[in-house]
Amino acid sequence: MQLLRDIGFLLHLTRGQRIARRYFVTNGFDGALTMLGLVMGFHVSGPVPPDVALGACVGTAIALGVSGLTSAYVSESAERRRALDELQAAMMADLGDSAHGRAARLVPILIALVNGAAPVLLSLVIISPLWLAALNVELPLDPIAATIGLAFVVLFLLGVFIGMVSRTFWLWAGLRTLLVAAGTALLIFLLGV
Amino acid sequence: MVAVKRVVLDVLKPHSPDIHALARTVAEQGAGWRVRITVDEVDEKTESVVVTVEGDDVVLDRVVEAIGSLGGSVHSIDEVEVDGSGV
Repeated sequence: MQLLRDIGFLLHLTRGQRIARRYFVTNGFDGALTMLGLVMGFHVSGPVPPDVALGACVGTAIALGVSGLTSAYVSESAERRRALDELQAAMMADLGDSAHGRAARLVPILIALVNGAAPVLLSLVIISPLWLAALNVELPLDPIAATIGLAFVVLFLLGVFIGMVSRTFWLWAGLRTLLVAAGTALLIFLLGV
Repeated sequence: MVAVKRVVLDVLKPHSPDIHALARTVAEQGAGWRVRITVDEVDEKTESVVVTVEGDDVVLDRVVEAIGSLGGSVHSIDEVEVDGSGV
């Protein structure tokens, strides 16, 4: 409990929640749209066994997760280090042992975890019909079609979340991301890749 | 027993955390401590504040440590009130 309070305080100190939320939306959107693109590709290019599609999707999700984890850590730790150096110069003191020093070390890790986990978690939700099909669970829909449908739902919900954060009309925000998803799917369909 | 009843410190601190959080953190260091903080001067990244701590037995080291843990540094001790009536 004390650890959670400390983490909350350090995030508050650095406004890390906002940054983590932004990273979650940005990389989560990347992950969801990438899954949609992949599965649309499988749909357009012909029948693909669910286990093959699943392998490709899981591999891509892992790559997105590792990319998100490392890129966010590298950029955030550089930003935090710079901010700490500037503050130390203004304070004319070493703040390494203070809350600011701890935040400079811990917050990049937390933000990197959020940035890495967002595409993986959303991808796992989207490809759940492929998991079920690979486990020989009977689905009322074709697994690829169900995965495409779920990708649309997840992207819509991500839009709703963005709408709630920006305090705009949630339905409009959801429809906007849904439109992006539809545009992407249409483009892949028309190109017949 | 000689007990410190009141100290007034001149402190330089970063803008964040704000004086509310600083006051709470200092007050948590001793039972019944009362803390008052007034902002004296605001710069681009820092602010100078006057921290007044009152209590039955104010421990200066704990006050300084609490301020330091939040990135502040004590520039000077401007006032001390000590009660030696128990000696």
